[in-house]
This record gives sequence, structure tokens and C-alpha cells, in this order.
Amino acid sequence: MTVPVPTGNRLRRRLGALLALAAPALLAGCTPNLALLNPAGPIGAHEKTVLLVAFGLMLLVVVPVIVMTAWFAWHYRASNKKAKYRPYWDFDWKIDLVVWTVPALIVIALGVLSWKTTHELSPYRPLADSEKPVQVEAVAMDWKWLFIYPRQHIATVNQVVFPANRPVSFKLTSDAVTTAFFIPRLGTQIYAMPGMRTKLHLLADKTGTFVGRNFQLNGRGYSDMRFKAVATTPAKYRRWLGKVRNSGQALTAKTLKRLEKPRVHKGIIHYASVSPHLFRHVIEQFQTARASANDSNS
Amino acid sequence: MLGKLSLSAIPYHNPIIMGGVAFMALVALAVLGAITYYRKWGYLWHEWLRSVDHKKIGVMYIILALVMLLRGFIDAMMMRSQQAVAVGSSHGYLPPEHFDQIFSAHGTIMIFFMAMPFLVGLMNIAIPLQIGARDVAFPFMNSVSLWLTVVSAMLVMVSLAIGDFSQAGWTGYPPLSELAHSPGTGVDYWIWAIQISGIGSLMTGINFMVTIFKMRAPGMSLMKMPVFAWTALCTNVLMVLAFPVLTVTLALLTLDRYLGMHFFTAAMGGNLMMYTNLFWVWGHPEVYILILPAFGVFSEVVATFSGKRLFSYVSMVWATIAIALLSFTVWLHHFFTMGADANVNAVFGISTMIIAIPTGVKIFNWLFTMYQGRVRFTTPMLWTLGFIITFVIGGMTGVLLALPPADFVLHNSELLVAHFHNMLIPGALFGYFAGLTYWFPKAFGFRLDERWGRRAFWGWLIGFYLAFMPLYVLGLMGMPRRLDHYANPAYQPYLEIALVGALFILGGIISQVVQLVVSIRHRGETRDLTGDPWDGRTLEWSVASPPPFYNFARIPAVHSRDAFTEMKAQGRAYERPDRYEDIHMPKDTGAGFGIGLLAFAFGFAMIWYIWWLAGVSALGILALVVAHASRDENEYVVSADQVARTQNRRYRQLAAVSVVDTGGDDDHRIAAGA
Repeated sequence: MTVPVPTGNRLRRRLGALLALAAPALLAGCTPNLALLNPAGPIGAHEKTVLLVAFGLMLLVVVPVIVMTAWFAWHYRASNKKAKYRPYWDFDWKIDLVVWTVPALIVIALGVLSWKTTHELSPYRPLADSEKPVQVEAVAMDWKWLFIYPRQHIATVNQVVFPANRPVSFKLTSDAVTTAFFIPRLGTQIYAMPGMRTKLHLLADKTGTFVGRNFQLNGRGYSDMRFKAVATTPAKYRRWLGKVRNSGQALTAKTLKRLEKPRVHKGIIHYASVSPHLFRHVIEQFQTARASANDSNS
Repeated sequence: MLGKLSLSAIPYHNPIIMGGVAFMALVALAVLGAITYYRKWGYLWHEWLRSVDHKKIGVMYIILALVMLLRGFIDAMMMRSQQAVAVGSSHGYLPPEHFDQIFSAHGTIMIFFMAMPFLVGLMNIAIPLQIGARDVAFPFMNSVSLWLTVVSAMLVMVSLAIGDFSQAGWTGYPPLSELAHSPGTGVDYWIWAIQISGIGSLMTGINFMVTIFKMRAPGMSLMKMPVFAWTALCTNVLMVLAFPVLTVTLALLTLDRYLGMHFFTAAMGGNLMMYTNLFWVWGHPEVYILILPAFGVFSEVVATFSGKRLFSYVSMVWATIAIALLSFTVWLHHFFTMGADANVNAVFGISTMIIAIPTGVKIFNWLFTMYQGRVRFTTPMLWTLGFIITFVIGGMTGVLLALPPADFVLHNSELLVAHFHNMLIPGALFGYFAGLTYWFPKAFGFRLDERWGRRAFWGWLIGFYLAFMPLYVLGLMGMPRRLDHYANPAYQPYLEIALVGALFILGGIISQVVQLVVSIRHRGETRDLTGDPWDGRTLEWSVASPPPFYNFARIPAVHSRDAFTEMKAQGRAYERPDRYEDIHMPKDTGAGFGIGLLAFAFGFAMIWYIWWLAGVSALGILALVVAHASRDENEYVVSADQVARTQNRRYRQLAAVSVVDTGGDDDHRIAAGA
């Protein structure tokens, strides 16, 4: 690009060709398997855009460097006696200026992008939407996910259902150790930590069942700590709520104790009722001076 | 009497572990047997274990690094093969509690017991020679550092046979690493291994910082130092500033685990986020501790093999300093997903990206060093070229991860694993390999075989791309790191390619072993008689290969950056001094080795709660330090006659290869000068 080498024009043309090759390869990446490039909601879509814009910006430096490396090394190979040789040449302020300013300019551009999008995509920022968000409280346990719907007074294990095109407002904590909550196709991962509450706002703009899972190592059952995130129609969502309400089983202190046992649980459980304060209790168990899991052994 | 230790600590029931233990035991027995058979115990003790010679200490560090590289690579092969098969209902051949130990050990070993000893070994071999010094500032402390590092690595090895290793990852985040969630001895092995070697690293940092500041040859101002000395200086400053943070953090976790305190527990006012912060306040500078010396090697290699001065030395130095300073301002990018305020995340994201500027400058400086040069494609140069091309890809994904919104979807994924391997394999390891090939003739007096070196390079390079490019794709597919099995069959083909990549790397490693054997067998043909096999530019090439134990008969005077190139240009390179003087050298001592052994006993005792042994060995260490410090004579005198005899041999050798004229019967003339 702007690096002043004698054959800069030829270089520029080659770069153009390379960029043209790279672009479709990127777009072709949108196969259903590439979850991050195939987002199912505006958060994920925005994050994908950030990813691709930054990637493209950086190619402006990376591609010339790769080309120049191969080219310089080959052209100035020792056996090529026709190439110029200046053993004592070690400085040119124009080159020095360019190698400091070009990366700096790209970093400034990326910095602006970073500042803007970090604020726009802050997981704590509520999504602007005409509809009120669905409230969900997520509790990471060893090794399963508990979802509490505080407004509906129901709870589920390893399944979270919500209507598409309506924001979902998650509050998260952990009953054991630090975990990370992530539904790749919806975007934004956030830690769920014991004794603390984090927040996350997501939205699915199409219906479907998406894989969600823990992304932070938390012991033996880590690999199996998955859940289903189901974005559905409002009607089906209401029907599902009704089904859970009629499932019979209640999440009481006793069932919670059983659930808390460090064990892999892969199946889905529905609880027809749950204490509205359960989430707070999970957090506060670590704040009481009395025994908690962390002290019992020490 | 034996604390928690009992026979049940040995995992008899696990054939994989016992196989590994048996293999380790066989190799150890073979080595010990060979030493006994060839009656080398005395030689080993007097010439190596007691040595305070920086060159020998450097060699021992690198032997440790290479052994641990093999161990860490075996771990990697196990992970790759497990993930290639553990899809759907298959859970592979490793249960999670074993798989978790393997990746925890892999990370710990590669960072602390492969990369650290490797770079410290290279510094040991090269730095005093490059700056025209006869040894490091504190030769005894250097020996202590070495043995603390060696015994810590041995603690990790022992954990295979007795007890288990940590399952909490190499970062050991609490509360997972607290007693409640990791009740076994695994985390304690991890703590004490890192703690003891960390103290060794801190002492190395102090040692080399002082060496570089105080022991440079006359005329070598800071801005006339070779770039490797600069990067080593910055690395050592980082070690001195960062390692105490790790030491304290681990000490607090130790208090939690041993005395029931609550620094990082979830309950009782503990703050687990504090651990994560403190760990990375050390951890991010650590990345640059690993990479800066390799940058230094690349700078030396690219200038030497382009037959040209390094382009824009001043920019290179300032870029190094900038990277070192900035490395302390970015730690939060390791956990953007912890829920920090957008302002905080954005600031740390931007400060991270700023590091890309000086790094970019360095890359361009290497490129313009080749520009209008005469590039010789020796293996060190191949490692350098492979590094530049591969490293920029890793740098690019690093900047992606530095953008908080992108990190929100990439954090903890296989893409992250691909990224940091993409930085550390080309950025650090290729640099160490280049440095090893480059300085090998200096340390041993003969060159490494080029043919097998090239094969090793291609094995590693192709293997790297095959092993880690699929991991980038897997990250985009939403696959997290550290899975011992997975449900999504779409991951499998990529993991199979990654396994093939690991096999290519295996080919590279086998080539390196063969290279070593072939090079030793054919050393007669590649012997370096001049001390300057590559047409080098810096002072280490001005002395014999291997150098005499005192390095320089006379400390050279330095007038410019490429001091030796200048000497050669002016015809002063092999000038014979009129007379030699007595040289004071530090005495060898077994105290460093003894302290190491006692530190091993102490670590092992702490891990197994054998309190009396811990007390005895701690007192023993104190006693040895006091005893050593009370010695009246730390140095001895090498007479001018002896120096003259050694140097005359060197000049005869130089004359034999026609580098200097034969000056007649000069043994007597020179000796008389004393």
C-alpha cells in the first residue's frame, strides 16, 4: 500500500487481487455450522460486523507484510547478485515514519470502532424495543443450568424458552464456581459467578433452537454443561408456559438441595412453581458468615 | 509421619498414567545407568552440577527446556487424539478428570518449564558474551535459579506417579482451585511447582538486569548494545516487576487452601475476581517475557543472515521499551466477559491494540533489514521467515480479541486457543529454535546439521498451520476450549485435521532429535574453528567456539553497534594483545544444587502435608545460604600464563584456518608479558 518500495504499483495491484480473493472466502463462511458468522439476532449480527470490519482493516497491514516478506527474502537472496546490496544502509526516516504511522492510523480507526461498539454492545445495556423484555434468571450449577422465570414463577433446567423478536433480559449467577453463559448464535458471552450477579440482554430475530453452554472450565462435568435456547412464536411461548405450570413438580428447598449436588444432568426438567426469591438466595448464600460450600472442607 | 501420602496415591489402576510413569522411569534408569557405566558421575558433579559458568548453566537450562518440550508435546498429542475421537456418544479414551489434568499440565509445562528455561538458557549463553563480560553479576544466584527451576519441573513430573496434577487449568482460577472444589493434591503440585520456579525466575531477572546494566564492556553504551541484549534487558525488568505479583497471588491462594483463609473464596468476603486480575497483572507481562527475547533473536538472525545492519535500530529499541511498558496496561483483556463497565472494557481494549503499533514497527524493521541485503537461507533464517509470516496472522486475531464486542463471542473458544498458540509457537518457540541453531556452534564448537534442521522447520511450520487453522474455524463454530468430548459432529473433521497437524509437528520434533544425533556424529565436518561461523556482527563471535571459561582474555573496547563487524572491517578482530593479565573468576559451588534438592523436598513436603520435612528442608536451605554467604573466598585467580597458553592455542587454530598469520613461536613472547 503506502510503503515506499520501488515497485509499489505492482505490489498494490497484487494486493488488490489478494483482497478480492479473500472477501468471497469470508462471505462463503456463512454456512450454518459457523455459528458466529450466522447470527440469529441483532447482537450477534452486530458483533459479526465488528469482527469482519476489523478483520478487513487489519488485512491492510497483514497482506502487505506477508507479500513483502516473501518478496524481499526471495529477491535479496544471497545468490541473486543482480539485486542491490547496501550493507551499511540502516535508516530512512521516510520508511520509519510510514511504519510508525500506518499501524497507528489503523489502530486509531480500530480504537474508534472499539469505543463506539463496546458501548453499543455492552451486555448490561437494555435493548430498545417496544415490547417489554422477558425476564430470566440463570443459575449455573455443577453441572447444569437452572433458569428461573421470576414473573411467571416457574423454573426449568437446561432449557430456556422465549418468544423471538422480544428482548430477553438475563440476570446471572453461579451456585458453585465461575462459569460463562453463552449462546453462540445470539451473541455475547458473560460470566456467571458465585455470590455475584451479572446481566445480559439478548434478542432472537428468528425462531429456532440454539445451543447454549458454559464456556468456562468448572470441573468434571464441564463438557456436558449445555442447554437449549428456544426462540419461538408468542403463541407457542404462552402454550409452553402453560405446560410448565402444569408440570406438577415444584422447586422447593429440598429439590434445590438435590439439584445442587455436583452431578452432570443432561435432561430438561420443568418446575411448575418456584420461590420468587430463589435467585437472591443463591447469591446471598455466599454472603452469610455461616457455612458455605467453600468453607466446609478447610 | 508422611502427611497425606500413602500407597493409594499411586494411580495403579490407570494403565495410561502407569505407562507414562514406566516410560519415564526407564528413561531415567537408562540415563543414570549410562552415567554409571561410563563413570561420569565425577565429571557430571564437578563440571556441570557445581558449575557457576553461565555457558554451562545456559546449556543445562536448554536441556531442561527440550525435555519438558517433549513432555508438553506428549500432553498435546493426547489432547489432539482425544478430541479427534470423542464425538457424540464416544467419550474417547480419557475421562474428564484425566483430560483436565493433561491440559493443565500442558499449559503449565509449556510456559514455566519449556519456554522460561529456554529463554533463560539462551540469555545465559549469549548475554555475557554479547556485552563483553566474563560472567553474570551473581554467578552463584544463577546456579540457584537454575536448580530451583529444574526441581520445580521435577515436581510436575513426580505428580504423574504420585498423586495427580491440577485439574483447574494452567491459570488455576478460584473458586475452582479452592479446597472445596479441588480437594486433592493436584492444585498443590501446581502451586508449589510454579511458586518455586517463580522465585528462580525472579532471581534470574535481578541477575541479568544487573549484569546488563553494570557489566557491559567499556564503550558499550545502552544504545550500542546488541538488540538481543536490549530485549533481554526489557524481559528481565518485566520479570522483576511481574513475578512478585505471581508469588503473592499464589501465596494468598496457598493461605486459602492451607489455613482456611478467604482471599479468593466465593464466601466470607473473598474476592475471586481479584485473583483473576492479579493473575493477569503477572500473566500479560509474562507473554512479553516469553516473546521479547525471541524478538531479540530474530533481530540478530535477520541482520546476520542479510549481511546488513539492522534497519532502524533506534526504532527497534523504543518499540521494545514501549511493548514492555504497555504490557502492564492490558491485563483486563483476558476477561472482558466478566461484566465490567463499557468504559473499562473499551480502555483496556484500546490499550491492547496500541501494542500492535510497536509490534508492527518491529516487523517492518525486520523486513527492511532484508531489503537490499544478501539473504542466506540458513535454518535460523527459515525460522525467522516462518515466524514473520505466521505471527502477523496471530497478531491480527489478537487485535480481533482485543475488541471487546468481538471478544464477547470469541472468548474461551477454540479461536482463543488458536490465537495464543499462533503467537507463542512462531513468536516465542520459533525464536528459541532460531537462537538455539544460531548460538549452538558458539556453545559446543560445531554447527547443527542444516538438512535435518530444514526438515524440522517444515515439519513445525506445516504442522502448525494444520493444527491451528482448523481451531480458528472451530472457534467461529462456537466450540469452547477444554472440551473432553462434544456432541456436535461438525467439529470432528476439523479436529482430525488438527491431529494430522500435530503429527507433522511430531515429524518436526523427530527431525530435531535426528538433527542432534547427526550433528554430534558429524561434528568433525562442521567444527567451528574460527569462532565466527555465520559472519556474525556482535562480540560473542569474536571469541573461540566454545569460548574459554573466562570468555574474554581481554575485555574488548566497543565503539559502535555491530562491534565485531567493525573490528573485522578495521582488521582488529583477531588482534593479539601484547600481554595478558590475571583474571578473577567465581569459584564453583555445590550449594546451588543443594538448595535445589532441599527446595524439592520442601515443595514435596508442603504438597503432602509432611510438616516435619518441610521444616527441616526450609532450615536446610537457610543453613546452606548462610554457609555459602560466609565463605571467605568466592573467587580464584586464573594466572596470566594460563590465559596466554589458552589464547595461544586459539591463535594457532586461527592460523591453521588462515584467519590470522602465524607469528612464529609466540608462546614464549606472550607468556613473558605476564
